[in-house]
Amino acid sequence: MSAPTTTPSPATTPAASPGGTSRLTLGKAINEGLRAALDADPKVLLMGEDIGRLGGVFRVTDGLQASFGEDRVVDTPLAESGIVGTAIGLALRGYRPVCEIQFDGFIFPAYDQITTQLAKMHYRSRGRLNLPVVIRVPFGGGIGAVEHHSESPEALFAHTPGLRVVAPSTPQDAYTMIREAIASPDPVLFFEPKGRYWDKGDVVLDGPVADRTLNSAVVVREGTDLTLVAYGPTVPTALKVAAAAAAEGTSIEVVDLRTISPLDTATVVASVRKTGRCVVVHEAATFLGSGAEIAARVTEECFYELESPVLRVGGFHTPYPVAKLEHEYLPSLDRVLDAVDRALAY
Amino acid sequence: MNQQNTAPAAALAAERAGDPLAATDTGATLPVDADLLQLLTPAGVRVETPENATYRERVAHLDADALRGLYRDMVLARRFDDEATSLQRQGELGLFPQALGQEAAQIGSGRALAPQDYVFPSYREHGVAWTRGVDVADILRQFRGIDHGGWDPQAHNFHLYTLVIGSHTLHATGYAMGVQRDGLVGTGDPAKDTAVVTYFGDGATSQGDVSEALVFAAVNESPVVFFCQNNQWAISEPTTKQSRVPIHQRAHGFGIPSLRVDGNDVLACYAATAEALERARSGGGPTFIEAYTYRMGAHTTSDDPTRYRTSEQEELWRRRDPIDRLRLLLEAEGAWDEQRAAALDAEGDALGERLRTFVRGLGRPSTESMFEHVYATEHAVVTAERRWFEEYEASFADDGASRTHDQHGGAR
Repeated sequence: MSAPTTTPSPATTPAASPGGTSRLTLGKAINEGLRAALDADPKVLLMGEDIGRLGGVFRVTDGLQASFGEDRVVDTPLAESGIVGTAIGLALRGYRPVCEIQFDGFIFPAYDQITTQLAKMHYRSRGRLNLPVVIRVPFGGGIGAVEHHSESPEALFAHTPGLRVVAPSTPQDAYTMIREAIASPDPVLFFEPKGRYWDKGDVVLDGPVADRTLNSAVVVREGTDLTLVAYGPTVPTALKVAAAAAAEGTSIEVVDLRTISPLDTATVVASVRKTGRCVVVHEAATFLGSGAEIAARVTEECFYELESPVLRVGGFHTPYPVAKLEHEYLPSLDRVLDAVDRALAY
Repeated sequence: MNQQNTAPAAALAAERAGDPLAATDTGATLPVDADLLQLLTPAGVRVETPENATYRERVAHLDADALRGLYRDMVLARRFDDEATSLQRQGELGLFPQALGQEAAQIGSGRALAPQDYVFPSYREHGVAWTRGVDVADILRQFRGIDHGGWDPQAHNFHLYTLVIGSHTLHATGYAMGVQRDGLVGTGDPAKDTAVVTYFGDGATSQGDVSEALVFAAVNESPVVFFCQNNQWAISEPTTKQSRVPIHQRAHGFGIPSLRVDGNDVLACYAATAEALERARSGGGPTFIEAYTYRMGAHTTSDDPTRYRTSEQEELWRRRDPIDRLRLLLEAEGAWDEQRAAALDAEGDALGERLRTFVRGLGRPSTESMFEHVYATEHAVVTAERRWFEEYEASFADDGASRTHDQHGGAR
């Protein structure tokens, strides 16, 4: 397990100036969000493998152990079930643990704790117990990694009642959403688009912490001919598609879901009622993926407005392929444009 | 490997070859190298050796009243077990896991706890629940099928039962890590210093989560006591399917001190737990206790032990009964009489009556409650599905009799 060592760390770019607008990478924005949460609440603590002295293999927690100490930025034993299981115990004692799972493909040793324990504790206690646990998961491909380092398992968790599942796509949302996830009394699976850790954007720090971003999608580009629905790493792809299509005279609206559970169906439906066409893009395999849920809901609620079937562009029903083939596996600009063309040709 | 056609007597003898309690069945005391702490023999005789002096000191303050208290706890815990089993047989409960035979392990350890300590049980710890002040009637909500829990964990410092084997040992360890961060270890104030105890069985020791809990507890020196009730059977699998060494010895590899106690000896269980709790509270870290006992009943009311174990073995363990030996001690020390026995019988009868009335009076949860507490804050999917279902149900309001395809039991 190792991060690409030749890539500059996203979190070691110059520190942000508190209170103002800073230009940050997505990784650094999460780092700043974690720092703000640690500052604001002594019960917040971070747990994970290599997150302390090393600052995480992607350096997302860089510098935090130096600032907050080993009891609040905890280098754990190399055991994912143990990380989530002890986080549950800490939460029962009143703490707000933020766990880092080093890579998407390594979450499965913790799958039992997440699905049978974390997701159900509030329900089985009839609301007496809250588990405000955040599980950060770098996810998605495109970094030329070895096996188990490029996966998109979000639908597995969105299918589990009791969990919230979110994925930011911009540095601003990454900052706001990690703070709102930590403030949430519910467990949150926080999927970070690792291929976008180095993307830069303007971030307003110290904004209000509500649960706005954990419940709502956002229209990030307006259009009239077709709605592209994306989240996490495929949002920038969708925006590139919209720009390319605009050059050909097609007006595409792009919806950034931000949250997969709950799903902000209303925002998607409002957009599709306007455009009449919908294409969903994610890196996860399309078969039984979150795009299937969106397609079903759009079909049910926009049946008479639809000009074409809802189409999906995503990974194939294969294991994540070797790095030399990932470009063909991932929903590329061309494959999304192809789906747009097919939808428009109906 | 396994000899399929071994005669029961020979099988029993073979099993007993690895049974550290075998010597005591003939009235002898345990050999010094038995690797097992016993303070009270099955015949109700106190064991006094130079080696167990420190443990005897830990129960020295238990006077006749305290011993009668432990006896009462065990008798009523067993009465609860019997009543719940009967209620299942009468169709009032869907399932019940008996703790029969494990009363000493549960009462002895439970009574060693301080109020501020926190317990993470498995699902057979009815006796421990009793010591934590949980109304044991509430345990039956889960087995009646009306609740996944049944009590307020934080009101009793007794977590809900966990049915996924071993998962809760990590919760206990994390909770203990929180206690450390709260600065409630090693203060020297007995009203503040806090320990955590987690209960699990011999089968659970094979689960990865238990090993991970031992790792986390060891490296963090967390104030958690791992209390393993080795009741010899994980449903149908004997401990030989779980371990090649006495289970408590596993702790050594994690750097955790351990000991094995006679799990049917309430005094040994009390003393060992008190020692482990003191270590935890003072900052000495975790301890692993193996209480060597026997699941005298079935795994649950759905199980049939005659398919996998011998009646000879069950009879052997009946002679090691944890309750009988304490009564023999009380009688020998002149601390028991017929009047007390009759009063305890009456108390048991009253408990039984209360349990029967309670269970039969439990209603059906409201259908809407299915949608409650999925999340602590609003979740649009749950909200929409709940609203849809309420409208669907309401659509039958004027036409209830026509909906014949559903076979709901009880009041809707």
